Amino acid sequence: MHRVVITGAGTINALASNVPGTMQAMRDGVCGIGPLDFRDTDRLSIRIGGQVHGFTPENHFNRQQLSLYDRFTQFALVAAREAIVQSGLTFDDELAMRTGVILGTAGGGIGTSDDNYRAVYEEGKNRVHPFVVPRLMNSAAASHISMEWNLQGPSFTVSTACASSNHAMAQAFAFVRSGVSPVMITGGSESMLCFGGVKAWEGLRVMSRDACRPFSANRNGMVQGEGAGIFVFEEYEHAKARGADILCEVSGFSMTSDASDIVMPSRDGAVRAMRGALQNAGIDRSEVGYINAHGTGTAANDRTECAAVREIFGSHADALMISSTKSMHGHAIGATGAVELLACIMALRDGVVAPTIGHEQHDPECDLDVVPNEAREARVTVALSNAFAFGGMNAVLALRAV
Amino acid sequence: MDIERQVIEIIAEQAMIPPEDVHLDSTPESLGIDSLGLVESIFAIEETFDISVPFNANNPEESDFDISSVAQIVAGIKRLKAEQG
Repeated sequence: MHRVVITGAGTINALASNVPGTMQAMRDGVCGIGPLDFRDTDRLSIRIGGQVHGFTPENHFNRQQLSLYDRFTQFALVAAREAIVQSGLTFDDELAMRTGVILGTAGGGIGTSDDNYRAVYEEGKNRVHPFVVPRLMNSAAASHISMEWNLQGPSFTVSTACASSNHAMAQAFAFVRSGVSPVMITGGSESMLCFGGVKAWEGLRVMSRDACRPFSANRNGMVQGEGAGIFVFEEYEHAKARGADILCEVSGFSMTSDASDIVMPSRDGAVRAMRGALQNAGIDRSEVGYINAHGTGTAANDRTECAAVREIFGSHADALMISSTKSMHGHAIGATGAVELLACIMALRDGVVAPTIGHEQHDPECDLDVVPNEAREARVTVALSNAFAFGGMNAVLALRAV
Repeated sequence: MDIERQVIEIIAEQAMIPPEDVHLDSTPESLGIDSLGLVESIFAIEETFDISVPFNANNPEESDFDISSVAQIVAGIKRLKAEQG
């Protein structure tokens, strides 16, 4: 069993188009949620989201690339460039043969589907662009990262709704830990903020019309976001030998399934996932200083998640901090765990815990230190990152300061 | 604009070269257009001329549409426009 560390991080999300900007926004408690800006928002009842603004694809890709890249692929490629450049790795010879890409996404190229359904159904066109399939496939982003960086090892995409990127990163971690690959590129990407993507979510009636307020008694639902988070997971000795800057260690993971309901969360599934991650990492619960919550801002999730934390940690639950950064960047669905991993890295490396903004009223059913509204300086040695998806598929990562 | 001129512009855009460098005897391969680029060119031709091109990317040689040179493509379009127009 090898130790696994993170040696590169990249992102684009509603808060910023890179990691330093995102962490600064998290420190400052910036809200990246605002009015949605795309075609036909006047036909939506939900008109806010954590949308990426000011992103000009033409600044990053040429015309031929753009014809092949859905927005979720563009996000993944931009974030991967930041992460891999930071890692300082170059991929040739054996390292290129063994390094792969595991990404999570829930909707894949849903914007491409939306545009082309519109063309054939609404506009009555009988012909679509030849690249519709390579654009929309869920694995497109992983494929393009592998091509751009010559990564010829195991690559694939996992899709477990809102836990997609945590499942992906847990799998990448397992590959490096077990010696399958010395380096894996992993994370997630999502771009569901298009008419069809938001319209579908509206149907569930779990969306807030005004703000994402996790753990606050007056919370009224989730707010969708978009973006990507990409990381370089590297075997510790490999990273140390080349003098790489280590952001933190990934020390364990757990995946569980509630096996109960397609939308309602289960306390037991969450408990088993968090407890399993601690066991897998060999971490005593008293060491955990920060939990990046799934914290969607729905009544059911936040209540259930807090009860699960209370059950596992007992009196230590009052000593640890738990926050939901979805209040700032929105719920980036299949990419959300990857964007949120940045809050864990910031806590472990920089000693700054990201806040839960929009917290207005104490909820007795969320009776934990949710770091309301303002970031906090604290020494954190162990952090957990939770993702509890629709369909009861849970994935939790355990991380440690190096 | 005549068909020849329009085809040359479509091909030039795909090959990312100036239209002056595309000639009637140019072949897609000689211009560096790969299989995806060829399929995209066919799409652009269909959109531009409002025709349906019987091009099979699995086996281009057996298609009822000759793409071996710019001149053949132009001839094919003229034939299709006559048939489908």
